[in-house]
Amino acid sequence: MRKSRERPGELFMGVLLAACALAAVVFLLLIALYLILAGLPAIRKAGLGEFLLGTVWDSTNAEAPRFGILPMLLTSLWGAAGAVVLGVPVGFFTAVYLAKAAPRPLARVLRPAVSLLAGIPSVVYGLVGMCALVPALRAALDLPAGDSLLAAVIVLAVMILPSVIDLTTTALEAVPREYEEGSLALGATEAETWLRVSAPAARSGIAAAVVLGVGRALGEAMAILMVAGNVPNMPGLLRSVRFLTTGIAIEMNYASPGSLQRQALFSIGLVLFVFILLVNLLLNRTLKGRKGA
Amino acid sequence: MAKGRRRRAWNLLAAALPRLGALVTVGLLAFVAGYVLWRGLPGLSWALLTQEESVLHGQVGIAPCILNTVYVIAVSLAAALPLGVGAAVYLTEYAPRRRLAAAVEFAAETLSGLPSILYAMVGSILFCTVLGLQKSLLAGSLTLAIMTLPTVIRATQESLKTVPRSYREGALGLGAGKWRTVRTVVLPSSVRGIAAGCILAAGRVVGESAVLLYTAGLSTAMQDFSSLSGLVKASGSTLTVALYVYAKERSDFTTAFAVATVLLFLTVLLNLTAGAVGRRR
Repeated sequence: MRKSRERPGELFMGVLLAACALAAVVFLLLIALYLILAGLPAIRKAGLGEFLLGTVWDSTNAEAPRFGILPMLLTSLWGAAGAVVLGVPVGFFTAVYLAKAAPRPLARVLRPAVSLLAGIPSVVYGLVGMCALVPALRAALDLPAGDSLLAAVIVLAVMILPSVIDLTTTALEAVPREYEEGSLALGATEAETWLRVSAPAARSGIAAAVVLGVGRALGEAMAILMVAGNVPNMPGLLRSVRFLTTGIAIEMNYASPGSLQRQALFSIGLVLFVFILLVNLLLNRTLKGRKGA
Repeated sequence: MAKGRRRRAWNLLAAALPRLGALVTVGLLAFVAGYVLWRGLPGLSWALLTQEESVLHGQVGIAPCILNTVYVIAVSLAAALPLGVGAAVYLTEYAPRRRLAAAVEFAAETLSGLPSILYAMVGSILFCTVLGLQKSLLAGSLTLAIMTLPTVIRATQESLKTVPRSYREGALGLGAGKWRTVRTVVLPSSVRGIAAGCILAAGRVVGESAVLLYTAGLSTAMQDFSSLSGLVKASGSTLTVALYVYAKERSDFTTAFAVATVLLFLTVLLNLTAGAVGRRR
């Protein structure tokens, strides 16, 4: 009797919950749709080749604006690569320490420290970079200005560190104890076991950490906006550079709605979106690989 | 003999590197936190936290930005929480391994990896222009709700999975329907995990700046939160945006670092709370 009274409610809730679940899909589609709709016109106007491979970005030129994003594209790639080169080794070894070497109580203190590093807002990293790192680089390398790709790479390396550490630690902890015990029993030292048995066994997780780091570095905007100088030069380690993200950020507030300049910003957004989708795809692959193994 | 020596050297190095890595990581954290505190604490005062900025009286104050931050956290969570919990309940309780579930998980994963600058662009069209909200804290909060949705879904799912099967079987066996089981048994026993997820989401909202910079406005003046139309129209900077504005546009580093100090304390507080809430069972 009760049950039959409840049935319409049950059905209603089932539908409502399915709708909640669908919301995520709808949002993703909306975002993709808006970026494509708003991003395509400027690419069409400039021509895809000229847009992707043009080396001059001069969006505010009244007579002949040029929209070549190659400098930003390469800067983003170099920036992400640099951040990975600097950040991943530090992150990897920190993770080895946390997962294997550290005494339990110490690891229990260090874990929250790493998540604190992840929680610090990116503008705070930008501010510290702007006030401590940039002047230091200028003095150390005797540059006219310290705002540079190098400064951005260092800031990015610090910012991807927590996610690299987190994923790598989890992967290392998932390595079956038997592997390590076997290695130790065969006479390998602890250090040899960590680096020659545990790390290879956790390699897909570590690969995922690297890919995630690349994604984070490609997507970061505010922190590097404050330290990279923001001139759309072709990338050079000590030059003032503009990333895809900062290219959008720097002009977004003053590009008038409907203008070609604003449309071009959405085109940059579309390119960034495609990049991130590719990275996500790669991330999914590497993680799935682990589940299969 | 030579091989033994090389092995010993390799081992020494291999044992030292992890310690070195951890030292670098901790050193970086200590440097960032220490530097912020060193430059920020002198500028921090009760007046700064409780006053409104006034050029006329030469006083600096970030009280409006603190209120804006609270507003953005509250509204974005109010929007993301029901949606996220609902989605997670559907995924774990109703439709495991179905095509819809796979699509939703893919969407949530992709959303969580999107750079905030893309949310900023789409939010500025969708909420500010198409829905006519202009640049407002409401538009910013709604954009952030989409951004934090994956965090809430993930945390809720994890939490739901820890509820023992027998609880559900017990409820179902007593004749409860699916939703009744979820509402009376499953959700109450996973409240802690969901709360921890909310705190995580709040942390993301507090730290976010790009989205708000382009959807919520830059004003550091006090907004009118007393009426409904005021709540809808309010437009201004949260703490992170204020930090950016002070540092980059006004070159007022004393205030910028004071704001950074406040943000640092907030981050620590949120992390500790999330840890405490999530751990105890």
